[in-house]
Amino acid sequence: MGRVSNPTILRFSATQRVAHWVNALLFLALIVTAIPLYLGSLFGLVLERHVVELVHLWCGLALPVPLVVSMLGPWGAPMRADLARVSRWSHAEVEWLRHLGRSALRADKFNPGQKLNTVVVGATVLVLLATGAMLQWFSPFPVAWRAGATDVHDLFALAITVVIVAHVILALSHPRALAAMVRGRVSAAWARRYAPGWADELGLDEPSGATDRAGAEKVAST
Amino acid sequence: MAREGDEGRERDARVPVGRRVFLSLGALATLGVVLGARLQSAARGVLGSGLGGLFPFGDRFRLYSITGSYPAITPAAYRLEVSGLVERPQTLTLADLKAMPATRLVRTFQCVTGWSVPGVAWEGVALSAILARAGVRPGAAAVSFSSYDRADTESLTLDQARMSDVIVAYRMLGAPVTQEHGGPVRLYVAPMFGYKSHKWLSAIRVVERVEPGFWERNGYPVNGWLDGSTGPTDPRLGLA
Repeated sequence: MGRVSNPTILRFSATQRVAHWVNALLFLALIVTAIPLYLGSLFGLVLERHVVELVHLWCGLALPVPLVVSMLGPWGAPMRADLARVSRWSHAEVEWLRHLGRSALRADKFNPGQKLNTVVVGATVLVLLATGAMLQWFSPFPVAWRAGATDVHDLFALAITVVIVAHVILALSHPRALAAMVRGRVSAAWARRYAPGWADELGLDEPSGATDRAGAEKVAST
Repeated sequence: MAREGDEGRERDARVPVGRRVFLSLGALATLGVVLGARLQSAARGVLGSGLGGLFPFGDRFRLYSITGSYPAITPAAYRLEVSGLVERPQTLTLADLKAMPATRLVRTFQCVTGWSVPGVAWEGVALSAILARAGVRPGAAAVSFSSYDRADTESLTLDQARMSDVIVAYRMLGAPVTQEHGGPVRLYVAPMFGYKSHKWLSAIRVVERVEPGFWERNGYPVNGWLDGSTGPTDPRLGLA
């Protein structure tokens, strides 16, 4: 439309993006090493089990690190703010999810699906960490609990893999949303379309209006 | 966060959905850990033993190799050395073992890390019979085992080795013991956790004292009794 400037808004801080991609790499390493560990019979053909086990163990122990580090200190403010958003839902959002996205919603910075994804992934990481630790250091636990921990670990790992595959498919089919996790910024037009509630908060006007009242977040540099 | 709140529009009432989902998943997982064994039995009923093998909560062997491959030994080339404190050292072929009286067992295979497979059928020669054939000399108190993988080792006290449900197995799950399960011949120590059931058994050495094996040197108990049981009785795990 011949706009001179193409205003962009910071959606994810550099800290959040680094945390996300480190997390993604750890998840990838965990899934790749989990396959031979789980499908034991395939195993002898691949690598020394001991090595695979060590990689899986250390990546698992490291998994919460990017999230925790990205929440701490002054650089953790955006992450803390986003996590607060993810935790509290409006009644409209609950309704939207209940109707599988078919009810009207003026979406927040994150839509209910994205919020649910975040919560489920976060909870699952903790469950996998706890049960994984039980499997590694099993001696204090009764055998029945070890069996339970094994099954819960497998089941949650399977579920989270499905969730992550869906997450990746959605990301690839929404390249501008994906770009926000790479470069951090989205266009004002994107925000108005996909996160209108957030655009309102930032004071983004309709396309014809001025766009530089967007508040501190907008001008933060990457 | 305050900054965003200040600039935001009027928010309607908030529901702590995030926290609820988070806590529900945590509670579900805790329940799964505590009731895992019972859920396993339930899943066994629903899925059956065929399909169940593919899914969590199913009955599935998990195969551990400490060397990165499974040793390949043909039945014809298989030899079991019996040496140490014995009157008549032996070199037994698979045919020699099969010519001896067979012991058949059906038991739950229980791994120390938690997983188990119920109703596994075993067939082999009682270890006590092999020891008797070789003739244990006075002063012997333990038995050490070697593996064709050239890495794994195991041991039992002589009393443990002579229990009726400790066998040198050549059949498992209704067929010759497969390569991945430790075939053609492995040990099966029914009253103990799976790591005592030494795979690819190559040699039995009668010795003066217990020599802790590979898994024991890596932190597992030398006496791997199932669930703290103290004798050659059926495991009382409530899993089967």
